[in-house]
Formats: sequence, C-alpha cells, structure tokens
Amino acid sequence: MNEISMTVNGETVSHTVEARTLLVTYIRDHLKLTGTHIGCDTSQCGACVINFNGKAVKSCTMLAVQADGAEITTIEGIAAGDQLHPVQAAFKEHHGLQCGFCTPGMIIAAVDMINRYGNTLDEATIRSELEGNICRCTGYQNIVKSIKAAADEMTGSSMSDQSSTSSAS
Amino acid sequence: MFHLTYHRPTSVEDAVHFFTNGADAKFLAGGQTLLPTMKQRLAAPSDVIDLRHISALMGIGSTEEQLTIGAAVTHAEVAASQQVKQTLPALAELAAHIGDPHVRHMGTLGGSIANNDPAADYPAAALALAATIHTNSRTIAAEDFFTGLFETDLQEGELITKVDFKIPTKAAYAKFANPASRYAMAGVFVARYADEHVIVAVTGAGSDGVFRHRDMEAALSDDWSVEALTPTSMNESDLLSDIHGSAAYRANLVKVMAQKAMKTMI
Repeated sequence: MNEISMTVNGETVSHTVEARTLLVTYIRDHLKLTGTHIGCDTSQCGACVINFNGKAVKSCTMLAVQADGAEITTIEGIAAGDQLHPVQAAFKEHHGLQCGFCTPGMIIAAVDMINRYGNTLDEATIRSELEGNICRCTGYQNIVKSIKAAADEMTGSSMSDQSSTSSAS
Repeated sequence: MFHLTYHRPTSVEDAVHFFTNGADAKFLAGGQTLLPTMKQRLAAPSDVIDLRHISALMGIGSTEEQLTIGAAVTHAEVAASQQVKQTLPALAELAAHIGDPHVRHMGTLGGSIANNDPAADYPAAALALAATIHTNSRTIAAEDFFTGLFETDLQEGELITKVDFKIPTKAAYAKFANPASRYAMAGVFVARYADEHVIVAVTGAGSDGVFRHRDMEAALSDDWSVEALTPTSMNESDLLSDIHGSAAYRANLVKVMAQKAMKTMI
C-alpha cells in the first residue's frame, strides 16, 4: 500500500491506496468525485480527462501513485460557486451536449485548449484538438460551437462582434 | 490490473537499480502504451519504475549539427518547443500529431522509441534523422536500434537517456493516420542533408516495423523532385496487411505520403 497526497480542486487530500489503483478510480471511488467518467477500458474515449499539473490528461491512463504531490482539477472544481465556468456556460447555451456522459472530459479538454491557443483557436484547431474526446450523441457540431464561443468570451475576441473589442482601460 | 510495486527514482542510477532488483520490472515513461496494456492484463510487471521525476532525462538542446532531446520529454513539449521549431520544424510537426492532446501531454520520446510500435511516428524520425540513442551504458545508432516489431537493441534494464537527431537542410513528415486510432497507416519521413544525400524512413507500413526506403533514397539523392518518386516501387511482401489496409493499399500509400512530404519541401 502507498500513502499518497495531492491537491484536488484546491483541497489537499491524502489516502492509502494500492499501487495499481488508477487515478480515475481514486478520484471516483476514494474522493467520491464522480463527475469524472469512465467511458471505455482502452484509453480512447476521453471521458476521464482531468487537469493534472496544468495539463489535460486521461486519468484512466495514470496510476494514482503517479499523481502523488500533483495538483489536480476535475470538472467539480472549475465553477466559481454557483457561477458556471465560461466553458460550462457555453456548453449550456449552445446545447453542446445531449446525454452528457462525455461532457466532463470535453469541458476539461476545452479549457486546456483555450489556455494553450488563446484567441488563435479556430474551428479547424478545435476539431483536431478534440481527437481524444469521443461523443456519440451530438455529431460534435454544437461542441465545437460551444468551445469557440467560450474561447471568444474568455480571450475577449468575438466572431459576431463587428467592432473590435476595446482595450482601453 | 495485477498487484505491483511503484518506484519513483530521481536519478538514472536509482532507476536502473530498482529495475535490476525487481522480479519483472518495467520502466514507466508516459505510460500511454504500458498502462492500457496493463489494464488489459497483457502486461503484469512486478515493479513499475516511474521515469517522470529524473531531471537527467529532461531538456532540449542543440548545436549546428544536432538537436538533442531528453528521453522523458513529452510529445507536447517537443511540439511546442521554439528550439525544435527553429532547428527541426518537421520534428515539431511530427510530435504535434502523435495520438491526441492528452496522450501528447504524457507520452515521451524515449517511451515511443523503446516501445517501437510498428505504427509509431518517432521511429521514422529517428531513422531519417540518423539519430544516436544514448542509454545509461552506451550509444546506439538508430540504424541498429530498431530490430523488429516492438523489438529494439535495448538490453534488459537498459534505459534511454536522450536522443541526438542530425539536423538536415530539409525535412518533412507526412502520415496517413488511421481514422480511429490515429496511428500511422503509412508515415514517411524524408530528410535531405548538406551533401545532398537523402534518407527516407517509413513507419506504419512495414511488416517488420520502421524501415528505410532505399529505392526512394537513391531516386531523390539523384533528382530532388516529386517526379523522381514516380518510378520507385515497393515489395508488397514486406508490408503489413490487416483489416485496416492490404499490403497493396499500403504500398500505394507509402508513395503518396512520400510525394506529399516532398511537395511541402519543393
């Protein structure tokens, strides 16, 4: 058994786990944070994507012990109280989900890609960046639309705005 | 997954020490192949040695002749590195299209070449860029390193520390990715050097893993043009044939990808 400790959604957590425990199992079964989903057994679907030390990774393809000392953010940790994260709000607004199973992974992946690309994130990039997240309901159209809208809002550029955003302070 | 003992060394020496003392140990780099394999119980190591906390395996450096990348550098880091983009943009581009973003955040150069998956991208770059693979005990030329499907010249407990890639005057990589897995069904890395000799390395298609396409190399060394590839051919009996594509299909794909790579350079 291994003693592990990490920061999850801003809180320090410590547990004793078997070395073979997957990080996703730790998050769901030990921490009871069941927003992170397990959609496959083959590391392909992306429903388990979390933010690990600032990067989106598949929590089903990592051991919990590997995350000892890490900073983790799951879907439960991105809203500010009752205030949805802009990406969550955009998924709601643009109907970026149907059954919702893939949504936690989609949203964490979306936040990660917006962080990396900022206002250069265009539709083609969003589509190629969604390579690791599978959705079987939406056909991706509204997911792409949601991410684009969130990126525009978060980076202060708007595709529908005719006037360029003011940078005056 | 079966029981295992986890180790987190901070030096190459300690990593090798843990390996030697384990009954059936495995090095764990990014884990993007090893962990799925363990989840399926196709691998059941007694000891897993995490390589993500060894500073000697990190870092990217370059001279005029070569680019050196630490074995534990991730695909995402290679893809985003200004140094790689400037000295060897084709390699940054290759790294940017391995797997998916989440895999690229974890997967490493050392892990990829040590695994030598016949459809992995890095082996093609290592061959075409005449790489030198450094381990804890020796250096191995890429030419001698890849010995077959999932087979390399690495000995038990030998650990890759870094890889030197020769800097060509021109290079490009084109791959046709399997639409589901994103692994290469044919990936062709073409590199041309100052003395005008050309190396063409092919991944995803060979029944024995990555290989050099000597016919294309001769044609392009002689005549640096897309058209020079037209008369080249490939022995289909040396190619993979599976549910994703027949050997004949792959033979054609290899040529198309080589042409695609050439078109980006001319």
